[in-house]
Amino acid sequence: MSSAGNFFTSKLDDAIGWARKFSIFQYPFVTACCGMEYMSTAAAHYDVDRFGAGFPRFSPRQADVLFVVGTISHKLAPVLKTVYDQMCEPKWVIAFGVCTCTGGFYDNYATVQGIDTIIPVDIYIPGCPPRPENVIDGLMKLQEKIQKNEQSRALYDPCSKIGRPDGIQGKCSTEGKIKHIEPAK
Amino acid sequence: MTENHTTSKQPGILTPLQRLQEKFSDKIIESHVFRGDETAVIGLLNLRSVARFLKETPEMDFNFLMDLTAVDYLFYTGGRVQKEFRFEVVYHFFSLKFNKRIRIKVPVDEKNPQVDTLSDLWASANWYEREVWDMFGIQFKGHPNLKRILMYDQFEGHALRKDYPFNKRQPLIGPIN
Amino acid sequence: MTQRRSMLLNVGPSHPAMHGVIRIIMELDGEKIKGADVEIGYLHRAFEKMCETVMYSQCFPYTDRLNYVSPLINNAGFALAVEKLLGIDIPERAQYIRVIMSEISRVTDHLTCIGATAMEMGAMTAFLYMIKAREFLYELIEEITGARLTISYVRIGGVKADLTQGFADRAFQKIAKVRKVLIEADEMLTRNRIFSDRMKDIGKISPEDAIAYGITGPFLRSTGVSYDVRKASPYLIYDKLEFEVPLGSKGDNLDRYFVRMAEMEQSLRIIEQCFVQIPDGEIACGLTGEVIPAAQMVDRAKMGETEELIEDEVALDPTLQGSTRKYHDAIYAHKKDVVLPAKENTYGNIEGLMNHFKLVMYGHGIQPPVGETYFPVEGANGELGFYIVSDGRDQPWRVRVHPPCFAIMAALPKCLIGGMMADLIPTFGSVNMIAGELDR
Repeated sequence: MSSAGNFFTSKLDDAIGWARKFSIFQYPFVTACCGMEYMSTAAAHYDVDRFGAGFPRFSPRQADVLFVVGTISHKLAPVLKTVYDQMCEPKWVIAFGVCTCTGGFYDNYATVQGIDTIIPVDIYIPGCPPRPENVIDGLMKLQEKIQKNEQSRALYDPCSKIGRPDGIQGKCSTEGKIKHIEPAK
Repeated sequence: MTENHTTSKQPGILTPLQRLQEKFSDKIIESHVFRGDETAVIGLLNLRSVARFLKETPEMDFNFLMDLTAVDYLFYTGGRVQKEFRFEVVYHFFSLKFNKRIRIKVPVDEKNPQVDTLSDLWASANWYEREVWDMFGIQFKGHPNLKRILMYDQFEGHALRKDYPFNKRQPLIGPIN
Repeated sequence: MTQRRSMLLNVGPSHPAMHGVIRIIMELDGEKIKGADVEIGYLHRAFEKMCETVMYSQCFPYTDRLNYVSPLINNAGFALAVEKLLGIDIPERAQYIRVIMSEISRVTDHLTCIGATAMEMGAMTAFLYMIKAREFLYELIEEITGARLTISYVRIGGVKADLTQGFADRAFQKIAKVRKVLIEADEMLTRNRIFSDRMKDIGKISPEDAIAYGITGPFLRSTGVSYDVRKASPYLIYDKLEFEVPLGSKGDNLDRYFVRMAEMEQSLRIIEQCFVQIPDGEIACGLTGEVIPAAQMVDRAKMGETEELIEDEVALDPTLQGSTRKYHDAIYAHKKDVVLPAKENTYGNIEGLMNHFKLVMYGHGIQPPVGETYFPVEGANGELGFYIVSDGRDQPWRVRVHPPCFAIMAALPKCLIGGMMADLIPTFGSVNMIAGELDR
């Protein structure tokens, strides 16, 4: 490719990245204690809207960033996986709180030892629970990461379900591996 | 534990434990008062009659089944005595009218862990009994819907038993780590 | 011939209105709820199993995360249960501090509950106001405990640190601010037609049903049954305080909202009374020496200069401030086999150091006598009871927590059946389910 092409894509990447990083539609997967700090961060005092992330979408299909807030138990793990798989590319995951990073001090039969054993994670925010300042720091790190991403890559990602040029749907690596729990009768 | 069968602070007014002793003198295996908590240990077969007595006697009126749980005494050596039975199902009753509490304990054998249900007398027993089944594997005879409540159906074993390792994981998805 | 069939609707576990994780499977006839099945356990974190694997004092971080909206009440409840097992009393000042912190926690809990309910029904402003008020209280909590939410502040036999200088004044300022927010929120919600229409006569439960299900706390009181552990069997110093137990009459959502609003006012009243009554903490123990850093004190003690250090005070890390000798007697029970020594003793002489080590080493910590106790406290959602079985070792044989939410969730289908589908949201919000203590 000519240098002019490179220049064009990098400028386009910059522009898309800039737009994406300030319009984060988040899906708060709130389970536990960290939810209280998530609330504090989202409310007027700390106000994540300053970073363009003030608009939670409660449908995974409309969200860009999955906030996994709080402990994930083994009973809940398939649900988290389903929610992640339902999100469209490009998507990012924030592990909010130490339980989601490593399992924290819940080293026991019920708790998943870090959600990165189930889904990929972009940003880890440690703390039990992290303070709102800490969360905002994590969010800014995510913005940096989004900006640095090669934005157009997502279009050709084999995992991506959005239109590939040849019209073939990619197969996601996790597809078909999720067990669904039947609802109780 | 201090054995305390006869003393009553107010003469004339019997404590719930004393009333219980009067009525079921032959059926109470053991009783004690420790730090003001009155406890009676009764046999498996007498549970429903004792519970009915606690609930329906107007002078007792234990209208709350406040808590229902179990304790696993496997390898227990407290007071250098091993327990005869592995489990104890523990009931905490509360009387709103008289502001009194009483604890009833029922020893349960390891081989046939089965207790009569109280879910028809107190609605609160329903979920508590499910939880005890889930965590200890103690069955409740006559329970309308005895299935796991906190853990998932695929989970094998009963987590709060002392012989279940605290970090033995059985993930539905993902690796065992 | 047409056939009528009911429809199953699954709500949760990840749903915006299911704060926390819970799954409700409803059987619908049109928009009417015919049946409901509640599935819990998505946040089961094995609290009871973990407590069996650690020492008594190490259980506190786990208790924080039971009802994470009001962790100080859980802390106090667990400490009181262990103290009952040990048979010890704690100094009066420590009791007052526990009450102050518990009541602050209760207010944060009710604020969060009402705020979240309002938000789910579309009143975002009320939510923002409530969280603003909660933030004022978090600042107070942080000042004393060093953390905002999961604080682990209470110790067996006392509390971690004394109140800071001038705390009462700052607390009064914050209380005034919270009151102002409550008035604003009250104006926004109580006379709001949409809010009251969606709350009134919805999610009703009769007092008989509530008692049969073992429901306690604001939920029970909204049905008109007066039961509050703080009045029925006063613990700490609640018998010295004047407060009322607000009661509802109908047991619907609106009554629960009113009871919570009134309880917040009572809690603020309690806090104010506590600051008036609280006995003086700092004792004039004749400290004439200088204030020296901890590391320096340890070094000098190692060189054998223990005699010269007796009068000195140690300068501590911010997280430990308020636990020096000056404050120690007023906030800890005088039992060396239960409470950690003052920091000057730990750093400055071998007896204190041994005492400290004996309490933090496995196999040597706090060892209550063989026995079992149940201790109830009034949590923000109802009676929070800890049942502890000890086998005489330094680890609990069994810790059972009686979670108030558990009974409430068992009764939730009772509130929902017969109502409309959309009523699920206000009903579920007003019962204030906290997954941490529900699933433990």
